Amino acid sequence: MSARERKTPLFQRELVSEALRQSFIKLNPKILFKNPVMFTVEIGTAVMFVVCIWILTGETSQGSFLYNFIVFLVLLLTVLFANFAEGIAEARGKAQADSLRKTREETPAKVIADNGVITTRSSSQLRKGDVFICEAGDIIPADGEIIEGIATIDESAITGESAPVIRESGGDKSSVTGGTKVLSDRIKVIVTSKPGESFLDKMIALVENASRQKTPNETALTILLAAFTLIFIIVCVTLQPFSLYANTPITIAAFIALFVCLIPTTIGGLLSAIGIAGMDRALRANVITKSGKAVETAGDLDTILLDKTGTITIGNRKATNFYPAKGISEDDLIECATIASLTDETPEGKSIVELAAGKGYKHPATLGSIADLTFGLPQSKIIKFSAETRTSGIDLEDRSIRKGAYDAIKKLVERAGNTFPAEIKNTVDMISSNGGTPLVVSVNNKVMGAIELQDIIKPGIRERFERLRKMGVKTVMVTGDNPLTAKYIAQKAGVDDFIAEAKPEDKMEYIKAEQASGKLVAMMGDGTNDAPALAQADVGVAMNSGTAAAKEAGNMVDLDNDPTKLIEVVEIGKQLLMTRGTLTTFSIANDVAKYFAIVPALFITSIPALQSINIMQLASPESAILSAIIFNAIIIPLLIPLALRGVAYKPIGAAALLRRNLLIYGLGGILVPFIGIKLIDIVVSTIL
Amino acid sequence: MNTEIISVIFILLLTFILAMPLGKYIARVYAGEKTLLDPVFNPLEKLFYRISGINISKEMTWKEHLVTLLTINIVWFLYGMLVLMNQGWLPLNPDGNTSMSADLAFNTTVSFVTNTNLQHYSGESGVSYFGQVTLMLYQFISAGAGMAVAAVLFNALRERTTSKLGNFYDYFVKSCTRILLPVSFIVAVILVFNGTPMTFEGKDTITTLQGDTVQVSRGPAAAMIAIKQVGTNGGGFFGVNSAHPFENPNYITNIVETISIPLISIALVFALGYYLKRRKLAWMIFAVMTAGFLLFLIPTIYLEMNGNPAIAAMGIDQTAGSMEGKEVRFGSAASALWAIVTTCTSNGSVNAMHDSLTPLSGMFTMLGMQINAFYGGKGVGLLNFYIFIIIAVFISGLMVGRTPEFLGKKIEVREMKIAMIVFLLHPFLILAATALSSYILYNNPDYGWLNNPGYHGFSEMLYEYTSSSANNGSGFEGLGDNTPWWNISCGIIMLLARFIPIIGPIAIAGILAEKKYIPESAGTLKADTGTFGVMTFAVIAILVALSFFTALALGPIAEYYSIAS
Repeated sequence: MSARERKTPLFQRELVSEALRQSFIKLNPKILFKNPVMFTVEIGTAVMFVVCIWILTGETSQGSFLYNFIVFLVLLLTVLFANFAEGIAEARGKAQADSLRKTREETPAKVIADNGVITTRSSSQLRKGDVFICEAGDIIPADGEIIEGIATIDESAITGESAPVIRESGGDKSSVTGGTKVLSDRIKVIVTSKPGESFLDKMIALVENASRQKTPNETALTILLAAFTLIFIIVCVTLQPFSLYANTPITIAAFIALFVCLIPTTIGGLLSAIGIAGMDRALRANVITKSGKAVETAGDLDTILLDKTGTITIGNRKATNFYPAKGISEDDLIECATIASLTDETPEGKSIVELAAGKGYKHPATLGSIADLTFGLPQSKIIKFSAETRTSGIDLEDRSIRKGAYDAIKKLVERAGNTFPAEIKNTVDMISSNGGTPLVVSVNNKVMGAIELQDIIKPGIRERFERLRKMGVKTVMVTGDNPLTAKYIAQKAGVDDFIAEAKPEDKMEYIKAEQASGKLVAMMGDGTNDAPALAQADVGVAMNSGTAAAKEAGNMVDLDNDPTKLIEVVEIGKQLLMTRGTLTTFSIANDVAKYFAIVPALFITSIPALQSINIMQLASPESAILSAIIFNAIIIPLLIPLALRGVAYKPIGAAALLRRNLLIYGLGGILVPFIGIKLIDIVVSTIL
Repeated sequence: MNTEIISVIFILLLTFILAMPLGKYIARVYAGEKTLLDPVFNPLEKLFYRISGINISKEMTWKEHLVTLLTINIVWFLYGMLVLMNQGWLPLNPDGNTSMSADLAFNTTVSFVTNTNLQHYSGESGVSYFGQVTLMLYQFISAGAGMAVAAVLFNALRERTTSKLGNFYDYFVKSCTRILLPVSFIVAVILVFNGTPMTFEGKDTITTLQGDTVQVSRGPAAAMIAIKQVGTNGGGFFGVNSAHPFENPNYITNIVETISIPLISIALVFALGYYLKRRKLAWMIFAVMTAGFLLFLIPTIYLEMNGNPAIAAMGIDQTAGSMEGKEVRFGSAASALWAIVTTCTSNGSVNAMHDSLTPLSGMFTMLGMQINAFYGGKGVGLLNFYIFIIIAVFISGLMVGRTPEFLGKKIEVREMKIAMIVFLLHPFLILAATALSSYILYNNPDYGWLNNPGYHGFSEMLYEYTSSSANNGSGFEGLGDNTPWWNISCGIIMLLARFIPIIGPIAIAGILAEKKYIPESAGTLKADTGTFGVMTFAVIAILVALSFFTALALGPIAEYYSIAS
């Protein structure tokens, strides 16, 4: 997970005390009713309480008061532990929400009326469509979009990232979030959210409600657990007439102990904590999910669409080589290329100047001020890049220098009656097939040579894609490059497929095609033109810097604006589901040992022959029952850290993963309680 | 090695070897491909379909399938009640057997319609030949119905999204005519040549060597015995079933009859593999089933061949094994094999008295029925196994970090609800009914239901309900079961335990078939791996087998340790 993650120790003191308080509040049957497993344990606890009182009034058939009271206490502890697990997960979520809420305190907003008059209003009175102004030092009062100006903004309040970001009107970086701080300049912002529906509000509500809404998978699992509870109700209830027939009286404590041990209390107690912790982990990775379901879906993803720039390659292309044409010296080419690029503000242009500098060439202008770019010559004219000519350059007194795509320069050269040198054509093809982008430089419509621009693939990205492939996730690179370049980069980065010369509609079509074949697709985007595709994707992650439309369309928002975040999101989703599965397996596997602890204990007093099935050689029926329920209770708090952190996800393929988890949590789940119950029995039997 | 054990291994191997090509053939039948018997049956079927106005090219949804199944079952039920309650004056009654009482007719009809064949009567005196022939018809159609349902499941599991799952009548009729009929015909012919009677004449009179005259029951037995084995019905022609020298004259017929019990059930597993072109999946299912089956079989053979310690203590030689209630011509190992095969497959025919099995063998026969999916009944065994797969898929799907899916279909809330109802039903019926009977008996010890007191008596009740709920039909016997309480309670259980476990899985399969198909990826849980097999086995062992642990502890386990000590 990312290094930016806000780390909180698992058991902070304030959180623990809040969780302890909650574990008692949650004893309220009305609240507990939603968790069928723990609710039945609570009923059992209540019954044991009545039994204790019954014994105090003189009943002798149920064993000693002390024994029954201990059973009562252990059962109560079981419920409390489960409540605590949920409480601590909620408290962690709440702590996040509270820290967010601090940023939402009333902030004065400088609202501009249509007539230009500025009035100061409280942020809570802002309405959608209002326009306000923020200057350096102001806290932005509400979510909105910049309609005028550019500013550096400190977003650390919501992202935890201290480096300021730049936001400007127009384009895809125009969105600002309430609660963040303007560090420099002045911006005019239009409010885009209704009061109480701002991004922060939604985030807080989500964190706080995480325990209240069950995702479909959680509901299905609850049904499974309820059925496992029911089957053991059947087992325990029918045992009563069986024992009547067999003349083996069984105490109420033994019945309830058997029942509580057999029902899946471990997973039942931890289930909601796992769900909350999953969303919490997403939040800690600075991803806001609009629903818990989105996190689950992330675990199921089959295909993810990734933008090349920023995700697969570092930022932009860089110039890596100069190839002079026949009869041209490299120095001449470098000089022309540098002059043509000095006025080019694009990253590619800058990289050409850098490469030239690296080769020892420094144009005098690079040493001086920007004003020198025109070389003091009135005739000089900067030719900006236009989509029409697809070239840029500079016209000087004696020469006009152009650089641009191969076909654009070729057209230029041939129109002037010159021929395009064959060796440069070959160089151009060579560069393309190596994944580079060729630029051709001409002077007075004669080819000087070519410049190779290369994408720098992010270190380690190949391994990440390999991880994804092992998870069964197909990666698709989206790029504006030509197919040849795209193919090269796709191969080099290890993505499974690519969309070259991509237009926004292409993403949409690709997503639809994948979905039509039954796959779940995720994509990341920031622009308004990404919005339809974000909405169409099963998981759409919008960047926080993106437009309001993009954020509205997606079902997750990444506060870090990190295009590789999708990969983490997939792992968080898988981790959530895996934690549920493994703890369910563990819980059910535990039953084997518990059967062998309690069933002999039920019968050996009246059927001594059944001593043979007491394979753990537990000391006495009472100690056996107590050991089993004590084990059953303490395993819940012992597993809370696992539930909150999640089971480690290893991308080793589904079959290997199942084998591994089945070995650890299945076989482990069978063996651990045998050892645990035996050890507790040794302690309990010496005390009793 | 002991010849008895060698012959057991031989029988099992032969069964598996025969099941594979048969499975391939069954897959062809359900896929609608041409089969050898088409020229014989196609014209006949066309005629019947034209008369009855059935259009078999019209594909049905899962709901239509179930409505059709239930409708024809109601018709069969009413007809069966009518025949059995009036057989006394109906034709084909040379021995003058009387009509059945209403509660016995209810029990018997339900029993045969549900493929259970629990018999609270004795064939020789309880039913006329007309009754027997009617019951024989039910042995075909109840097995055929089960297989047709399995065919619907096959259809639903294919890789596509649809609500149309073939035509029930087509599957049903083809199951009977293309599969059950030819296989039973072969078995019946072998039986006839080995001395099993096949006649409509009444009792024969013979004079014994001592000079006494004895009335010997006979009838159209060979045909019925063949289908009772092949169709996992189990309802014998004679009271003592395949222990009777006419039903099962010698070791050869015993081999044939033993093989014919699980043959089609196993073949259906392979058929699934051929039909879906997922042979590995079929092997996984077969492996899990066989592992469970052997886990019951091996200790049972061991225990039966080791004899009964209580009888040994009386000074009676037990070197031939525990021979009480067994036929000398089969021996203890072959009888143990039959006992486990017949209970695992929901057949219920017997060649030895299960009441006399040593206590733990009795437990293994009960476990076979309690799980009811180690091969299981015709078609329905696979349906039961399907439910276990769904549960295993749900848990292990989560364990690989995806929401659960099986063969490309997501398993969600609705399917889980249905799966859970089916899963709970079987233990609920068995345990609740046994509990109720225990309670009644505890309050009315004078009812005299049980021939044996104590743990064994408890096993008798537990076995009876287990057998009913598993639609098995074998009896532990030693239980006075022809009373209104047992007739009616068993009848209701048989009905519920037959139809709910058919409705549930078909509903799930139908709902899943309508869902979007998701192609497999490296991250998808594969159901055809050994690991998943282990998972499925664990689900069965921990969730099903162990839920009967308390009951079994008070019955066979307590009895075993009391005898041993």
